Amino acid sequence: MTKTITDVICPFCGTLCDDVEVVVSDDGKQLLEVYNACVIGTEKFLHSQSKDRVTRPRMHQPDGTWKEISYDEAAEYSAQMLAKAKKPLMFGWSSTNCEAQSVGNEIAEITRACCDNTAATCHGTSLIAIQDIGLPSCTLGEIKNRADRVIFWGCNPAHAHPRHMSRYSIFPRGFFTSKGQMSRKMIVVDPRVTDTAKMADVHLQVEQGMDYELLDALRVAFKGEWLPDVVAGIPKEKIREVADMMKSGRFGIIFFGMGVTQSLGKNHNIDAAIAVTKDLNEYTKFSIMPMRGHYNVTGSGEVFGWQFGFPYAVDLTRGFARYNPGDTSTIDLLVRGEVDAMFTIGSDPGAHFPISAVKQFAHIPSVCVDPHLTPTTGVSKLHVPVAFNGVEVGGNCYRMDNVPIDCRKVVEPPEGMLTDEQFLIKVRDRVRQLKGVA
Amino acid sequence: METVTITMKNPPALYLEADNVSPDAFAGKTAAQIGDLHVYEGNVTSTLGKYFEISGNAGATAADTKIVVKGDVKKVKYLGFKMSAGELVVEGSTDQYAGGWMTGGKMLVKGNVEAFAGTAMKGGELTIEGNAGNYLGAAYRGDWRGMTGGKILVKGNAGSDIGMYMLGGEMIINGNVDVHVCTHAEGGKVIIKGNAKTKIGGQMVDGTIFVFGTIDVMMPGFKPAGEVDMEVDGIKGKFAHYIGDTGERHKKKKGQIIYGNLYKKI
Ligand code: SF4
Repeated sequence: MTKTITDVICPFCGTLCDDVEVVVSDDGKQLLEVYNACVIGTEKFLHSQSKDRVTRPRMHQPDGTWKEISYDEAAEYSAQMLAKAKKPLMFGWSSTNCEAQSVGNEIAEITRACCDNTAATCHGTSLIAIQDIGLPSCTLGEIKNRADRVIFWGCNPAHAHPRHMSRYSIFPRGFFTSKGQMSRKMIVVDPRVTDTAKMADVHLQVEQGMDYELLDALRVAFKGEWLPDVVAGIPKEKIREVADMMKSGRFGIIFFGMGVTQSLGKNHNIDAAIAVTKDLNEYTKFSIMPMRGHYNVTGSGEVFGWQFGFPYAVDLTRGFARYNPGDTSTIDLLVRGEVDAMFTIGSDPGAHFPISAVKQFAHIPSVCVDPHLTPTTGVSKLHVPVAFNGVEVGGNCYRMDNVPIDCRKVVEPPEGMLTDEQFLIKVRDRVRQLKGVA
Repeated sequence: METVTITMKNPPALYLEADNVSPDAFAGKTAAQIGDLHVYEGNVTSTLGKYFEISGNAGATAADTKIVVKGDVKKVKYLGFKMSAGELVVEGSTDQYAGGWMTGGKMLVKGNVEAFAGTAMKGGELTIEGNAGNYLGAAYRGDWRGMTGGKILVKGNAGSDIGMYMLGGEMIINGNVDVHVCTHAEGGKVIIKGNAKTKIGGQMVDGTIFVFGTIDVMMPGFKPAGEVDMEVDGIKGKFAHYIGDTGERHKKKKGQIIYGNLYKKI
């Protein structure tokens, strides 16, 4: 006999689909089938079942082999490393739940660490812009029910957030959008002809790295001011046409992704996109939303924000929170050689950081807490495997529109495995002893 | 004027935050007392004397005090932090926040500086003989008040995001600059003797930029407004005048909209 569990949350991308169904074995130990999730979401669930999974912490030996150790030994190593360091760095947090993030922040506070999440390589620049000029945003539900102008700028949901368009942004029939896709005009801004761009009513094939100019041109067009003949490879007539299309909607939304947050212009691109949104609110209702990647990167920003006042790149070394990406941000800290210990959890910087930053891992003590085998676990001195979040342990997480959702546990983790939170509590308690904090 | 010389003799393993190296913090102190001032290496608080050899006593006030920094201070941040008077000479290159929040006095760096030099500067003179990094004379992260007064001179090149949120004061770059100059600026003057790249003056509300060299791509929000003959920093020439950023909000004075000005030498 098998059991079907309904209303399961998919812990892969920031869309956090909440209608997944999974079939588990009668004893609740095996996950057999997954329904409703997209390919990448299904893969995430099934990955937890792989037979070659590492189930105990392992220390890298000088000869390159791994030696299995207990969770207590792993906690001891991590606590010693963090307590001794002058400037430890605790990075990741985006694929773990808010409960674990909060325990991690306690450790960071006791050890006066720098702490950062994966916004470092994706939407950190958005967070800078949001601090600079604010963010008129909304929830995905409002978009489903109201949006008749949908702009995807530098993002490709067809591949990165596969169910985004069907659940929220393009296809669903909502209260004021009863004709679904027919009720909406879709604009895609991308230098490439992506699968998302192929579906658009208008595809603006912006020149690479010129998004800032195009956004500025739209603002100029709203005001009816002079424009050069071509901006960012787009003729001015086209820009004016799109500006009118945006103005004429009843409710518009700009979704933006890493195509603009990490290309030339960075935070300024988002700053200008938010300014476009603000301008449009003089004519109609417009919102803007970052397409967050990791399922709980938004939650990490929320927990950092709630506990330290800043959403990422927080430096606690002086005993109070400082925030200045460029100085306190992970990649800069690593490349400049500013930190002397690295604790990674719920992310894979080894695969995403520039090689000059990854090389630093080799020079400093490092711990990586991750259920998978990744390039980061490969270069870390200690690898601590844990239960899969959202599959083998529940917990709170935030969707890309800042809506908190509780993930569900659907199967048991392998015998004797700890969760992120349980392991972090062990480390925290030991760090407290080492630092003489009650 | 009394001179205090501090020489790096025991370099930090990581980076030092030496926000006490300023004529203001040194004023009225003997060499021994200066050696007891705090510095921070990561989460460890220690003293200036642990890293630097200190000779000479400071003057009674900041204005009477000159500091000379010798040795390798490439990993030292915050030199000249909040200085209000006196002099500070760094013989080599230094790290971030050089002359940050300074309100007066003179600071000279003979080498290069990294990012955030002259952050939120209010007055005084900051001269960099080498190159400057990003965010020169800009606002601190999240603040809307960049440089409001004083003068920055960079003899080499400068990085990106210089003069972000600039409100006043003057900045001269003898070399080239990277992208984003005077973003969100509402005042001040920036003179670039070399070349500029793209995104110059984006979202600028007010203020003035002069470029003697080339501009890779002009912002669409800058509208041509004729040509003018001018003398800029002692150099006479014909300049193409642009006003903008026309996409941005602007103030009005006597019914007239006030734009930012961009002059490019022809
Ligand atoms: S769209 Fe994202 S949240 Fe939804 S099923 Fe796919 S991976 Fe999971």
